[in-house]
Order: sequence, then structure tokens, then C-alpha cells
Amino acid sequence: MTDFLPTGIQLTYLVAASLFILGLKKLGSPATARQGNVVAAVGMLLAIAATLLDQHVLNFEMILLGLAIGSVLGAIAAYKVQMTDMPQMVGLLNGLGGAASALVAVAEFWRLLQHGEAISIDANISMLLDVLIGGVTFTGSMVAFAKLQGIMSGAPITFTLQQPINVLLLGSYVVGSAFLIVAPHNLPIFLAIVTVSLVLGVMFVIPIGGGDMPVVISLLNSFSGLAAAAAGFVVMNNMLIIAGALVGASGIILTEIMCKAMNRSLVSVLFGAFGTGGSAS
Amino acid sequence: MTEALIAALFVFVLASFTGFEVINKVPPTLHTPLMSGSNAISGIAVLGAIVASGAKEWNLSVILGLIAIVLATINVVGGFLVTDRMLQMFKKKASS
Repeated sequence: MTDFLPTGIQLTYLVAASLFILGLKKLGSPATARQGNVVAAVGMLLAIAATLLDQHVLNFEMILLGLAIGSVLGAIAAYKVQMTDMPQMVGLLNGLGGAASALVAVAEFWRLLQHGEAISIDANISMLLDVLIGGVTFTGSMVAFAKLQGIMSGAPITFTLQQPINVLLLGSYVVGSAFLIVAPHNLPIFLAIVTVSLVLGVMFVIPIGGGDMPVVISLLNSFSGLAAAAAGFVVMNNMLIIAGALVGASGIILTEIMCKAMNRSLVSVLFGAFGTGGSAS
Repeated sequence: MTEALIAALFVFVLASFTGFEVINKVPPTLHTPLMSGSNAISGIAVLGAIVASGAKEWNLSVILGLIAIVLATINVVGGFLVTDRMLQMFKKKASS
């Protein structure tokens, strides 16, 4: 995976990365927003086309079938959704992106395990981060979607021992990761890490009220960018790293702007249910 | 750390700074479309999924990669189209 990609692919990636930056910039101002969205979409098309030319990509029929199925489902979802349901739609789409990033890490882990290849510390840490961030993005976004869609109550869900359980989950992620870094070829521990990551996403979003979900979705959007960047480190692909970092960083800034517009601080949005001040507002 | 990893870390940090700088003074009406547009960009994970499912054989890695392709493509296509629909509505509102 570490061999250098051909020049043509790299240069196309460079153009695509520039289009993403330009598109994001244009999306921030009313006059150019729609154009910015198109610019970013063209960047994405170029990036996907270039990746299909990679010499490691041989499985064309299935990949094109996957792209076609995804495109049709995405288009149907985008046209059917009611304008008023847009925030949860974005949450749902975001969750799928996070799931895809996490799956890339799981697929790569399985490939290395099957081929009995050595797993370097770099690759291992990248996979562990990818699984954590991607997993949290996936289940967290699904809970945010369920809350906004009215599938579950929008009220904050708190229960006794919630904080100790969260600490325990985080602790077991850290211990499991440390174990995997020492002895990488351990499927049960890896699967346990995946499970803990998924549970953490649920635990992260359930104590937050429905009214704050747009801010949470914005934060999870930033996470999904970071997850994509982590996936970039797993397969060593610069385009993934650039686009992921762009979304990760701009998503954090946007989240902060949204909090300010609601006169809230991010801390009070995320931890308000635990009585650290913001619960009154 | 390998040379490739160092180079990748440089790319990551510099792109992050670009991401921080590119967003400023966004009017509140554009918050959701901007979130939605950047969400579509995060569907870039589809590239990783394509690489992961590139081998011409059937095994769990390839199957997981193909599932990831479908999910990420829904994210990309749905994301850009939804953003366009939102922005289209603003335009109509403004002109009417």
C-alpha cells in the first residue's frame, strides 16, 4: 500500500484537493454557495475517477456496481426528503460516511490478518483511530437522526452510573488498543474495539437534547472528516488525508459558529445534561 | 516512523490549517448547507473503500470494501444533491 501512486493520479488529486478548498470557500458566502457545491462535486468526481485508475484496483465490475447502487440510493434519498427534515438527513448521510471509513479499517485489518502480513505500529494506530472515530460518527449520527426524526424521544437520556460507564468504555478502548499495538494479530480484541467504539457513539449523543442536535451533527460531520483522514493514513492516500483534514477542521469552526449563533458554548451543549452549567439555558 | 508517514502528517496538518482558515463569517442561513456540503466531501472515504475492494477475488475484505463503497457513495451523491436542493430554495425565497 505504500508504493507511490502514478503521477497522473497524484496530479488529479492535487486538482481535486484545490477544488474542495475552493468549493468550501464559496459555500461560505450566499452569492457563490450553489456554485461552490458544484465545484466540490466536480472535485469528488475527479478524485473517484483517478482512484479507479490505480493499478491495485482490478475489481471494476463490482466497484462500479457499488458506485451505481450508492448513487441511485443517494439520489432517491436526496429528492424524497422533505425540506423540514434536512438536518436529520444530513445526520443520516454523515453516519454512512463514518461507517464507510470504519469499514475501510476493518477490511484492511482483515486483509493483513489473512495474508499473515506484519502490521506496523503506524498502520495499527491509524486503524485503531479510524475504527474509533468512524464508529462514533456512525452510531452517534444514527442516534441524532433518530432523535430528530422522532423515532426516539428528543429528551436527554441520563441514568445513574452513566459517567463511570463512559469512563470504563474509554478505558477499555485504551487498554484494548495498547494490547493490539503490542500483539496486532488478535481478531477478538479488534472486534471488541469495534464494538466499544460503536457503543461510545451512542453514549456520546443520548444525553444531548433534540434541540441541540444540529450542533451535534455538525460536530459529528467534523468527526467523519477526521475518520476519512484516518482511513487515508490506513491506505496511505493523500487525497483522503487532505479532504478529511479539510472537513475535520472546517467542521470544528462551523460547530463553534453555530454554538455562538445559539448563544451556547460547545461544552454546555455536549455536557449540559450532566449539570455543568448549561442546563438552565 | 517511516518517511511516508512523516509526509502524510505534514499533509494532514497543513490541510487542517487550510480548513480552519477557509471558514469565516458564515451567515446563519448558510450553516446547514455548508455543513451538508462539507459532509458530502467527507464521503471521500469512498476512495479508501475503492482501494480496499480493489483485489479481484472474493474475501471478507473485498466484501466489506464494497459495502463501504455503497455507503460512502450514498453520502457523496445524497450530500451534494441535498445541499443543492437547500441552496436552490434560498434563491427562490430571495426572488419571490
